[in-house]
Amino acid sequence: MALRLRSSLSKSNFFNILRYNNLGFGTASQTTRHLRTHDPTTLLRVSQNPITRFCNTMAEKLSSVGEHEDANAQVMDFPGGKVAFTPEIKFISESSKERVPCYRVLDDNGQLITNSHFVQVSEEVAVKMYSDMVTLQIMDNIFYEAQRQGRLSFYATTIGEEAINIASAAALSPQDVIFPQYREPGVLLWRGFTLQEFANQCFGNKSDNGKGRQMPVHYGSNKLNYFTVSATIATQLPNAVGAAYSLKMDKKDACAVTYFGDGGSSEGDFHAALNFAAVMEAPVLFICRNNGWAISTPTSDQFRSDGLVVKGRAYGIRSIRVDGNDALAMYSAVHTAREMAITEERPILIEALTYRVGHHSTSDDSTRYRSADEIEWWNKARNPLSRLRTWIESNGWWSDEEESDLRSRIKKEMLEALRVAEKTEKPNLENMFSDVYDVPPLNLREQERQVRQTIKSYPQDYPSDVPL
Amino acid sequence: MAALLGRSCRKLGFLSSGHGARRTVSTETGKSLNLYAAINQALHIALDSDPRSYVFGEDVGFGGVFRCTTGLAERFGKNRVFNTPLCEQGIVGFGIGLAAMGNRAIVEIQFADYIYPAFDQIVNEAAKFRYRSGNQFNCGGLTIRAPYGAVGHGGHYHSQSPEAFFCHVPGIKVVIPRSPREAKGLLLSCIRDPNPVVFFEPKWLYRQAVEEVPEHDYTIPLSEAEVIREGNDITLVGWGAQLTIMEQACLEAEKEGISCELIDLKTLLPWDKETVEASVKKTGRLLISHEAPITGGFGAEISATILERCFLKLEAPVSRVCGLDTPFPLVFEPFYMPTKNKILDAIKTTVNY
Repeated sequence: MALRLRSSLSKSNFFNILRYNNLGFGTASQTTRHLRTHDPTTLLRVSQNPITRFCNTMAEKLSSVGEHEDANAQVMDFPGGKVAFTPEIKFISESSKERVPCYRVLDDNGQLITNSHFVQVSEEVAVKMYSDMVTLQIMDNIFYEAQRQGRLSFYATTIGEEAINIASAAALSPQDVIFPQYREPGVLLWRGFTLQEFANQCFGNKSDNGKGRQMPVHYGSNKLNYFTVSATIATQLPNAVGAAYSLKMDKKDACAVTYFGDGGSSEGDFHAALNFAAVMEAPVLFICRNNGWAISTPTSDQFRSDGLVVKGRAYGIRSIRVDGNDALAMYSAVHTAREMAITEERPILIEALTYRVGHHSTSDDSTRYRSADEIEWWNKARNPLSRLRTWIESNGWWSDEEESDLRSRIKKEMLEALRVAEKTEKPNLENMFSDVYDVPPLNLREQERQVRQTIKSYPQDYPSDVPL
Repeated sequence: MAALLGRSCRKLGFLSSGHGARRTVSTETGKSLNLYAAINQALHIALDSDPRSYVFGEDVGFGGVFRCTTGLAERFGKNRVFNTPLCEQGIVGFGIGLAAMGNRAIVEIQFADYIYPAFDQIVNEAAKFRYRSGNQFNCGGLTIRAPYGAVGHGGHYHSQSPEAFFCHVPGIKVVIPRSPREAKGLLLSCIRDPNPVVFFEPKWLYRQAVEEVPEHDYTIPLSEAEVIREGNDITLVGWGAQLTIMEQACLEAEKEGISCELIDLKTLLPWDKETVEASVKKTGRLLISHEAPITGGFGAEISATILERCFLKLEAPVSRVCGLDTPFPLVFEPFYMPTKNKILDAIKTTVNY
């Protein structure tokens, strides 16, 4: 019988989940953390307990050291804490015998797994999650086709990763600040970014928040606390840690959340960010979409660890591996992690296993480096939409009729959004020179003047859809 | 030995800037401070005046390897003034995130020689944060401080002047002070400027330069160059520690009847072209001097711009007296550096062209 806990939208008793699941991390040090004051005159160290964290590990080691009589008599105080000695030359294995298990709640067929533990979601939330996943899927397909038809210069889909996007967003609060990579438009969608707004950015028209400066899918919305996408990989990770520290210092009931892929985890910024997050005790969620591919590079060419989840421990960060195509598991994991991050002032690493069903982008044909069968299998057998759909239908919250209504409505809205965005004029030329600094400096004012002069002489060199 | 002598001459540099030079800071008195103490004062004022400001970097907690952050952690607490792990990309990346949330993040890079791991964050994130977001977001509260420049024995990795790399990045500002009083005012401006700024501090001057520094909170405007010595025969442009050397060259040139106008650029990006242009239109000659290697150095940008604007007024080619195109050498430092005599020779060549 599945254990259902009280939901979810406000603080839940997540400790119940922890006790039952025996996730096996220490809790002793938590009270001491809150002794940390914000009194500027205190001479206390930044963290009261760098030693106590090690002491937890220490306690485990001592009990196993007892086998060696000579060794347990001697313990040395190296900087960082006591360490027991061992006379055995023993290397820590490069990997565990078994891979870290993956948390899931719905099986491949969308049936609830018996005795699974998860944070209950209301009908309203579950239906919104599913609808938004469908919307995202339709939006992706239509934008992709639009690029193929030459109406858009570029697009990158999120096909296969809808559950990660939507369910994680659903588990957060609107005040949590998001630092995305570029395959998380679903988080924006959940928060209320409209199809028209997506289309406006893709066309770079005058209604684009970004004022036409970046390629399609580089969304951003300060209203929705979603920092603007930059194409550089993993650079957002350390930024998220700084933002999380700000939230902590300002005593906000919020965390920073940053997304990245399996490829991104190889970047130096990943290591920098995780280490900083742990040392700074920053309330940040690191959500890795391990979708198996970084363009054409499979994870076997990316790293040799057991995925991402094991890397957390190297930095002193609590981690979990979750089935990224299981919306309920994603929701529960993110919800739980968020509580921990904020109340315990710590980072959490979440590895969401999934598969990138689509190509890397419209500039990629992934059948050149992987089999079409593999793609098809994931699309059909492990589809995140169908699994959630089965579950909500089993609760009587969804029907075929609602499905077709939704799909036809979204498709119509989407096509209309495209049509309007395409017709809307571009931002005017002055927007090329503004916002480089808060106020344009002299050199830019001079350059604008020069460009305008040139346009007068050679109007044919310049696109006619950019108003002057 | 010659290098040591040359260096010790810097102590005298800042007291003389009379000749009716245009000054942007009042010549009010204050306490005699060296450069690191003046910077320290600026940081104290910055943290005191904005509770949402932070100072962090490697070793800043105990006061920093150059003592610029002395007393800050004790006064403002370890939550606002703290050591970071040894990771420049993390330091700057974290700082960008803090600044993006509306805080002032005053970041210290221990030596400018080590700033490169953070170059991606500076160029691709900080510099473009406002522009790419359509002004929905910005990280204007970010200020990156780094000691730069020759120190007599620093070699490859404790002597670099990397300003030229950063001057090529639209979206950030680059500022270099010449003295303690200037440093305090400029740093406060940088911290309060709504754009990310890289502030290079001439490490040689941390202890060597002593000047009266007003104790109150004051700022010196950015992107305004200052004529620190007026003259009629040739314009010299420089920044940071090099100005002391240039000033000595000017004094010696004067003995030979050459009247030199010396300009402190202060802000390299965006730089004050108008002040330099006006000066060169008066003198007809330009000499630029910087420690950084000559090829691709910022002197080239100044030269090209002035050529565009003042071509018909120029009596001689623009002269650049700079570091050589080698990694900054240890034993050969005296040969590498743009010394007073190299500058003096160049002044005479230019004037006699």
